Amino acid sequence: MQLKQILAAGAAIAALGVGSAAMAGETLDATIERGTLLCGVNTGLAGFGTPDSEGVYSGFDVDFCRAVALVILDDADAVEYTPLTSQQRFTALQAGEVDVLSRNTTWTLTRDTALGLNFTAVTYYDGQGFMVPADLGVTSALELDGATVCVQPGTTTELNLADFFRANDMTFEPVVIEGLDQVNDAYFSGRCDVYTTDSSGLAAIRNSVAPVPEDHVILPEIISKEPLGPVVRHGDDEFFDIVKWTVFAMVQAEELGITSENVDEFMDSTNPVVQRLLGTTPGMGEALGVRESWAYDVIAQIGNYGEVYDRHLTPLGLQRGLNALWTDGGLMYAMPLR
Amino acid sequence: MSVNDSRVDSKAGFGDADRLIDLWNKPQVRALAYQILVVGGVVLLLAYLAGNVIENREARGIAGGFGFLEREAGFAINDTLIPYSPSDTYGTAFLVGVLNTLRVALLGIVLATVLGTIIGIARLSSNFLVATLSSWYVEVTRNVPLLLQLFIWASVLRTSMPSPRQAFEPLPGVFISNRGVKLPVPEAHPVWDWMLLAAAIGILAAWIFSRWAKKQQDATGKQYPTFWVGLGCIAGLPFLTWLVGGAPTQLDMPELRGFNFRGGLTMTPEFFALLLGLTIYTAGFIAEIVRSGILAVSYGQTEAAASLGLRRGLVLRLVVLPQALRVIIPPTTSQYLNLTKNSSLAVGIGYFDMVNVGNTTMNQTGQAVEAIAMFMAVYLTISLTISLLMNWYNRQIALVER
Repeated sequence: MQLKQILAAGAAIAALGVGSAAMAGETLDATIERGTLLCGVNTGLAGFGTPDSEGVYSGFDVDFCRAVALVILDDADAVEYTPLTSQQRFTALQAGEVDVLSRNTTWTLTRDTALGLNFTAVTYYDGQGFMVPADLGVTSALELDGATVCVQPGTTTELNLADFFRANDMTFEPVVIEGLDQVNDAYFSGRCDVYTTDSSGLAAIRNSVAPVPEDHVILPEIISKEPLGPVVRHGDDEFFDIVKWTVFAMVQAEELGITSENVDEFMDSTNPVVQRLLGTTPGMGEALGVRESWAYDVIAQIGNYGEVYDRHLTPLGLQRGLNALWTDGGLMYAMPLR
Repeated sequence: MSVNDSRVDSKAGFGDADRLIDLWNKPQVRALAYQILVVGGVVLLLAYLAGNVIENREARGIAGGFGFLEREAGFAINDTLIPYSPSDTYGTAFLVGVLNTLRVALLGIVLATVLGTIIGIARLSSNFLVATLSSWYVEVTRNVPLLLQLFIWASVLRTSMPSPRQAFEPLPGVFISNRGVKLPVPEAHPVWDWMLLAAAIGILAAWIFSRWAKKQQDATGKQYPTFWVGLGCIAGLPFLTWLVGGAPTQLDMPELRGFNFRGGLTMTPEFFALLLGLTIYTAGFIAEIVRSGILAVSYGQTEAAASLGLRRGLVLRLVVLPQALRVIIPPTTSQYLNLTKNSSLAVGIGYFDMVNVGNTTMNQTGQAVEAIAMFMAVYLTISLTISLLMNWYNRQIALVER
């Protein structure tokens, strides 16, 4: 009798322990309970995150939100998008207005630590570039001494810009405007000589906003490392794991040659790596706390990393470059799924 | 215990309760009790909120405190009243922002007052065209959201102005382009500091003279040319200093080199857009206040003053305006406060006011709570200062009953 009581008490404490562990997963729990994933996206950057005429978001960053929603909620459309400016994004994530920020955000030490955030994985290796009107006749960023530069506030871009001009002993006049439309307007109306942001963003703006794309050239210099990827808040490691491994699964699928087209053919593959990824050998889903078909669903409904890239970024003229798989000389490298 | 004693005791008990009820029925006591309750409630709520913030931030590993103000800011600002470079601290950057806010607010207040007064008087004009145009002005500017007006002004200034290479040059050394207005400024010379001092002395002297002249007029009825003596003190003294100091005329001229003008003073299009927007928007409100103030003085006052033989100018200055100002000043004060706070919309068009700099700071450091607290402290200080000044002015012009 005595022993039973002690055991019961022990079980209760253990249950409490489990309970508090579940409490730590509050973002995940809240997402499941709500039935939608709260995702912060760009206010409108062609290729990465942009709403169509009906307000439905699509793009490279958006597809990662859809993939996470698919893994957690088994529904890629169960995403509530919040368009965020560069200045609003971290506060929105910290305050819980969004649970995952997939908005071409650069991974830096300060953001990863003091801002209380966790970067999950790199989905796009970018670098900061400069765009100038072609008739300016500038061919190198080192000729930009004294130029007026349009830039968005609260970005690593703004800081790299100041660093670059300081390092090369040049001066510049910044025009810093929060709204993307307003910065675009300032550059295309001639208020600035130069537009600077991540080179992928420059390509997107050149192709989608410029009246005549050929009138603007992107200078060859890349002045910074801008690893972009989805970000989550501190405090929910399970949710962090799911977002991280969703990205890895998509990269791994490309490496294995599994696409949305042929994924069913791989279901009877004898390759153990494929079996673990697609859940025919169970274990990975259980470890993440989701169903075993999580990766299969993502590949079948959204595609592998390369398919997502080709769907949204290739049309903008962005080469794979650093974002090719490591097996092709790029930096895309999924951690082993085992 | 005797029966007698117990009767006394119970009576004393009733007495205490009665006294308590009496006390409770006193309005002062009751008011005090409610105030303590309210203040206590507010303090508890604030403590709860502060505790909540601290706890949540600790839980998420977000650093706190004002230490970030000492760190290097790293971002550039194009429009500064004090020297600033990206290697300066967040604290200096914030100060640059505060000064920019003050600059646009002070200029905006002066210009909106002038424009608003003109429009307000014009609306009362007997000239149909003038009156109609001013009513249209008021209706349009008051009813279009300020942010929209700012976007319009910013866009108009950017697109309608030529590039630096085709800049207008209305006066030698003054260039107007889509990079803003470039003005020549006098080159640094020690005499400028002395002139500033001379102007301060001049203002003091003019004030002392006007007080003396007023006393003399009250006592003897003799009038003195206060305006001309004042002008002589305030403008003449610095001019004399300049002559004595060797009359330096070297100017730092803006010059087109490479992409842009170098040298001289720059006023950016963003600054102009914000100033224009704030002035034009607030002037619409001030115009209505001025009109209501003038209409509040009954026409009988004007007639009575005229029948005393006062000239038209004196009627306005001595009879109508003092009474109209009593109506005008208090609501105008709130317009000044609105203008100051509305200057935070600078964020939308890229003028480096305090909020713009602060937003960037909080974005880079994650210290949102600290930055917002600083915004609040600065706006509160500016607003309270304006209120104090305007209340003081209001007391000066209030009717003194003898």
